[in-house]
Amino acid sequence: MEELVRVEDLAIEFATKFGTVPALKGVSFTLNRGEALGIVGESGSGKTVACRALLKLIAANATVRSGRILVEGQDVLAMGDAELQRFRGEKAAMIFQNPSTHLDPIMPVWRQVGEAMVLHQGLRWREAKARAIELLRDMQITDPARRANAYPHELSGGMRQRVMIAAALACEPDLLIADEPTTALDVTVQAQILALLRRIRRERQLSLILVSHDLGVIAEMCDRVVVMKDGTVMESGTVEQILTAPRNDYTKRLIASQPSLMKPAVRKALEAPAHAAPRLAVEGLKVQFRSAQSLTGWLLRRPAHAVTAVDDLSFTLPRSGSLGIVGESGSGKSTVARSLIGLVASQAGRILVDGKPLGRLLQERPLAEQRKMQMVFQDPFLSLNPAMTVAATLAEPLRQHRLCSDREIPERLADLMAKVELPQNLLERRTTQLSGGQRQRVGIARALALEPEILIADEVTSALDVTIQAQILGLFERLRREMGLTLILISHDLAVVRYLCEQVAVMRQGKLVEYGPTEQVLTHPREDYTKALIAAIPRLSRRSDAAE
Amino acid sequence: MSAVTASRPQSRLGRIWGALPATLKVGGVIVLAWIALAVAAPLLTPFNPIKVDVVNMLKPPGGTYWLGADALGRDIFTRTLYGARADLMMAFFGVVGPIILGTIIGLLGGYFGGRIDMVLMRIFEITVSFPYFVLVIAIVAVLGPGLKSYFISLTLVNWVSYARLVRSEALVLRNADFVLAARGMGFSHLRTMLFHVLPNALVPPAVFVMTDAVLTIVLGSSLGFLGLGVQPPTPEWGAMIAEGANYLTTAWWIAVFPGLAICSLALGLSLVADGLARLLNTGS
Repeated sequence: MEELVRVEDLAIEFATKFGTVPALKGVSFTLNRGEALGIVGESGSGKTVACRALLKLIAANATVRSGRILVEGQDVLAMGDAELQRFRGEKAAMIFQNPSTHLDPIMPVWRQVGEAMVLHQGLRWREAKARAIELLRDMQITDPARRANAYPHELSGGMRQRVMIAAALACEPDLLIADEPTTALDVTVQAQILALLRRIRRERQLSLILVSHDLGVIAEMCDRVVVMKDGTVMESGTVEQILTAPRNDYTKRLIASQPSLMKPAVRKALEAPAHAAPRLAVEGLKVQFRSAQSLTGWLLRRPAHAVTAVDDLSFTLPRSGSLGIVGESGSGKSTVARSLIGLVASQAGRILVDGKPLGRLLQERPLAEQRKMQMVFQDPFLSLNPAMTVAATLAEPLRQHRLCSDREIPERLADLMAKVELPQNLLERRTTQLSGGQRQRVGIARALALEPEILIADEVTSALDVTIQAQILGLFERLRREMGLTLILISHDLAVVRYLCEQVAVMRQGKLVEYGPTEQVLTHPREDYTKALIAAIPRLSRRSDAAE
Repeated sequence: MSAVTASRPQSRLGRIWGALPATLKVGGVIVLAWIALAVAAPLLTPFNPIKVDVVNMLKPPGGTYWLGADALGRDIFTRTLYGARADLMMAFFGVVGPIILGTIIGLLGGYFGGRIDMVLMRIFEITVSFPYFVLVIAIVAVLGPGLKSYFISLTLVNWVSYARLVRSEALVLRNADFVLAARGMGFSHLRTMLFHVLPNALVPPAVFVMTDAVLTIVLGSSLGFLGLGVQPPTPEWGAMIAEGANYLTTAWWIAVFPGLAICSLALGLSLVADGLARLLNTGS
């Protein structure tokens, strides 16, 4: 097989305020023509730096310490500007993670697709538009002639990613580099985009470098895989080889951390006496958002425009039970969490804890009832006050709810830190000085400070690396077992829910699509949407896929 | 002060000093130097800043009067040092009132939104719809000249700058996850606002306050020029420049030295503003 790309001993470092930080420490890999290579790694592994370097897209504060990048025998790093401009687009092109920030918001999409054709191939704009529309059609954009005139904000996330792929393919490159192309997308959309990439790769005999944190995506798409960590290649080989017989310890840990491979935690809700009320019962919950009333609308007595985010949702949870609420973006699953906590008012329905109805809004609930339900937020980088230390963050709820005297506070803090498996010496740190996983543990400890009976976890691991995710999920399971917590886990990831929850509720556009025991729903889904959702999960093994 | 010297960069003070932006260091030194000069003025000069001495009228720089003497024979060096007191006071108190009033209004409007915000923003718009200088001068003219009415008029007019900055921060922060988390734990609006929103909304006003202090000095000096600021014979840089303007061709030193004093203090404050912005935006 002919070799297309050869990266030799590539070392890149960044100059920062705190001295130079190595991003790549001697990385080597090769790609043969027509092959698909996956680069997998967690945040900070250098995978993005490596693939951007292939186009010599290197940040201003970065320097190449050593190494060569040969594409068809030509050293990319030695190219001048004019050469590079021809190389980018005609030989190799790139698609990025977030299509909403990588498309120009004030240019209609056909221009963004056609621009490269005009610049590289000397086409007239009119011809470029016709070819752009053809390309968009090939990307399975419906009604491409009309959509070509749309601006990026008028398109959905999946549609924008199709536009970005079309722009990358405009000059028929030999090599396509895709940096986390589906990470910002819903699973069902991800499945469509991956299918599209597979088809164009076959039809155009493209070579592909796919960078992802998700082993499942790589397993579905690639022939060979490079595992990276901290700027070095840990292991490389064929997908089968890496997945079935990993040699490196980190690779083994990475594979073991995949939620789809994690053995469901042993779980069993505590048997309640038959006559006792369930710990949490939600009956016919409905939440609507009204858009702000305009002055003319108010004068003309027009009703404000309302959007129903949650429509007639009901479920019950026994003591120490656990429910996973699954849905894609816009399904209303986060709104459910917020209305349970009382941050968002519901228009109809009741929330009962131990048989007693709760007030709709926080203000309407006595302090003791507010404590019963606590929430852990999605992004630990946003959910902790950056101006506070860990100790202040954890002590504040204790003081505000007068749960203990000031003298007991140090003891309580130590106890909370131990519960979430954090070392005591982090108490004096500012929350901004912690890693993502540590922050999320602080977020959990803060919720536990109020001794809740029900813990709501809203996408708590989606901002975390997969090995950290596995640790946090393990922590939740332990807390549930040891403290008898009732858990509501909101997630887009069925595999995460399968690990932690005995019941699952699938939501779509505010409505409950399917609700039942997790194993039953996952193995014998009744609804088409649930089936589509399950089918969209990237599988680690393609062979088992074929067998199904 | 050995901790600050470069020979021991590992010491705590040394590390903090080393991490500060250069503009902050230079600006800080200039501003602190002016404060020291203002405080120590009686120790640095043997002359009385307000005593009239007809013999030395319009004496050029050099000799006993380093920077010369003005039309009433008063030492320019002495008057510039004492003038720093009035101008630093104007810089400090001229921003304190606006920052307190503006922060309260901006925080309430941004955090609560809705009707409260609507009412506060209409007051805001009414205030900004008047020309800034004209409004300040009009209020001072009504209240009578002097520093006190100057501070009152600035508070009534200049709060809008801080309200705008704090409000735009609070608007974003009120939907931040950590603010929702604070609400979700049952904390009161007052607590959430003061401990979770406010500390994170203070960076832009903290940077702006330095620039604003410069504008405040210039405004105070302009009022002095118009006879509405500090009343003679109390030395104040703006008033000194106004007096010297009549003699610019014959006795340039009367206006030039207080002018240089204003420039250097203004430069120092804006360097501090730049340094603060760099420090607070990049490191945390």
